[in-house]
Amino acid sequence: MIDLIETIFDTTIRAGTPILFGTLGAIICERSGVINLGVEGLMLIGALAGFAVTSMTGSFTAGVLAAIFFTMIAGMLHALITVYLKGNQIVSGLALAMLGVGVSALFGRSFVGKGLDGLSRIEIPLLSKIPIFGAMFRQDILVYLSVILVVLIALFFSRTRWGLYLRTVGENPGAADTSGIPVTRYRFWAVALGAGISGIGGAYMSLAYTPFWVENMTAGRGWIAVSLVIFSMWSAPRALFGAYLFGGINAAQLQLQAHGTSVSPYLLTMLPYLFTIGVLIWSTRRLEKGASNEPASLGLPYDREDRK
Amino acid sequence: MSESFLRLEGITKTFPGVKALDDVSLDVRPGEILTLLGENGAGKSTLMSVLSGLYAPDSGRILLDGKPVQLASPADALSKGIGMVHQHFMLVPNHSVLDNILLAIDNLTFKLDRAALKTRVAAIVSDLGLDLNLDTPVWKLSIGQQQWIEIIKLLVRDTRLLILDEPTAVLTPQEANKLFDFLKKLRAKGSSIIFISHKMREVMELSNRVTVLKKGRSVATVTAGDYDTSKLARLMIGEDEVPTWSKVSHAQPNVLVSVHGIEANNERGTRELDDFYLDIYAGEVLGVAGVAGNGQKALGEVLAGLRKPINGNIRLRSVDVTKDWGNGKHFSIIGHVPEDRKAQGIAPDLTVDENLVLKSYKAPEFCNFIFQKNKAIRDNAKVQVERYDIKAGPSGAKVRVLSGGNIQKVIIARELGIKPELLIALYPTRGLDIGAAGFVHSVIAKAGETGMGTLLISEDLDELLKVSDRIAVMFRGKLVGIVDPTKTTREQIGLMMAGEAPV
Repeated sequence: MIDLIETIFDTTIRAGTPILFGTLGAIICERSGVINLGVEGLMLIGALAGFAVTSMTGSFTAGVLAAIFFTMIAGMLHALITVYLKGNQIVSGLALAMLGVGVSALFGRSFVGKGLDGLSRIEIPLLSKIPIFGAMFRQDILVYLSVILVVLIALFFSRTRWGLYLRTVGENPGAADTSGIPVTRYRFWAVALGAGISGIGGAYMSLAYTPFWVENMTAGRGWIAVSLVIFSMWSAPRALFGAYLFGGINAAQLQLQAHGTSVSPYLLTMLPYLFTIGVLIWSTRRLEKGASNEPASLGLPYDREDRK
Repeated sequence: MSESFLRLEGITKTFPGVKALDDVSLDVRPGEILTLLGENGAGKSTLMSVLSGLYAPDSGRILLDGKPVQLASPADALSKGIGMVHQHFMLVPNHSVLDNILLAIDNLTFKLDRAALKTRVAAIVSDLGLDLNLDTPVWKLSIGQQQWIEIIKLLVRDTRLLILDEPTAVLTPQEANKLFDFLKKLRAKGSSIIFISHKMREVMELSNRVTVLKKGRSVATVTAGDYDTSKLARLMIGEDEVPTWSKVSHAQPNVLVSVHGIEANNERGTRELDDFYLDIYAGEVLGVAGVAGNGQKALGEVLAGLRKPINGNIRLRSVDVTKDWGNGKHFSIIGHVPEDRKAQGIAPDLTVDENLVLKSYKAPEFCNFIFQKNKAIRDNAKVQVERYDIKAGPSGAKVRVLSGGNIQKVIIARELGIKPELLIALYPTRGLDIGAAGFVHSVIAKAGETGMGTLLISEDLDELLKVSDRIAVMFRGKLVGIVDPTKTTREQIGLMMAGEAPV
């Protein structure tokens, strides 16, 4: 029984991690006032870049760096359209999502069916021996990185000058501008860096979670990240909670399938997505009640000379 | 007085379709308060936005200490000691007071040492004699307090020139006096201040010099002592005729609409109206005074049927109609001139003709079972355009291309066109020139002949004193009292606006 719980716990973390990266990246982007609906596309680009470079060089580090690099390029495209050209953020984000699906399928053709030895696990002495919770300390380097990122991002927003400026840009770009904060530069780099972090989530999928390449392997996890941003009220620690909640439901349904139940596996596979819809309904209702942390200028391009 | 350190020469700025500034020049001397006087739309705010680096001028140059400078961004202007308090505050409502002020502090360390910064800011706050909790989110503060935060943001920098854009529009007379005392002290220390206003009283009290703008041009600069109010008014308005009319009261002794113990919240769930009582008599103009944000908006919305009260009831000729008030049943007797005329008052891309029948398009006069009667709609527009003297351009023009004053006339023509029994007018003359404002006043006052009751919400005390039969004063969502405009003083109303009940 303990074993089963440990397995579920382990899968929870591993299933939650790619979504956590996706959500953290989107939070950084949206805190600057730019909506990012392209997380799914970014994660796919990250997954392919990570897989391709790792299988060619044999280096996981090179793979992860490549994932960050290429997703940042894709993110800069979104930033160029939305921040500099002041295009519609929803449309650009949707285009980015579709672009990622197409690009990864096209360039991933020669990798289809190939596999890798997944990222190895690092056992932390002593801590990994704790029953059940020990599973948290027998993970690979990217899982640890994701948790460290949660802490760093939270501290960045609450304790640093750049974090304050970035939040200001997302809340009231006019206030930032008249205080001498370069609004477009902050937005551009927030979108680009956020994209890079979302991209690590994709790389985690293809390097650790299911270390082989199949087309469209993120299977909607980017969209779940988009809804978890709202659920987490644009806060990194709450994103961790949301991502693991999702991971937990995924782990539970996988175990149910493995142990054979009479419920159709298709229905079970639907569970995490149903959960996402439920989360959206719940968090939108909270937003309506005014319990929001939503950046006040989310979705609005900033034009200094715009007359209100 | 010493030489000027800042000169603006030949500044021109065009927005799509409007020449906002046309060859404007201005100079500022050390240690003076220079007032920029002009009607709404004269270009005062635009000129100051150019000076603070927000707008790039099309042509003209700015000389600082004799040398031409480029003010390409607010950061540029701030680094040269020029800072501005905008009319729409540049604050982050969700951030704490401290975090808002931190935005103005240069050379912050990467890791914020909030404790030390808090001590530093608290010293400034207590120096100013203000009572501010630095940890409160800004949206919880009054507008007057928010303005002080904007001023503190300029004080923590080395600001040589402070620009204040109509700072008293949102203050009670008492709060304004406090601000004036502060500005005079600042001037004595050698700072320069540009003060934007269109209120003569303030101009006379504060200014060393006055530069008058009119329709985007600088018409004159006069030095204190060389002018009086009437000279300034002539410069500001030009030789345009100021319409005069005398108030005739049409108030009847019977109550038309009354609200009893109304409570209402805004979108954030904050209480806006709190146990509010008011009777509106048939035929009267009931003015509502108060500092912006004390529940006027919610009152207008509740009476226009746009917001459901949580508690209390609305009575129409003593009949409780609370349940039906917002469901459309009574819309044909309510005229509503909304606060934000472009967002709520018109359908901008429809034509003037169409906008004039937005409330009556279903009437048999304008439509049969399926089709609108376009000829009748056009004919109606012709009549209204003439009656209200609307400069509507060619027939078929979209209403959005009209000037603010003409858009307001379209709205008023439409709302009075349905012959309402109750008119709710929010800030109906905001942004209008004196001529158009006078016209709106006379139309509203005259409409009382038919027994229509008017609720006139305004921030302009002169307007309220001139047009109203009675003036109700609001504070924090409650009624402080009702005064007779012929028997009260501005000071009395000012005290009531700060919450002090009349003696």
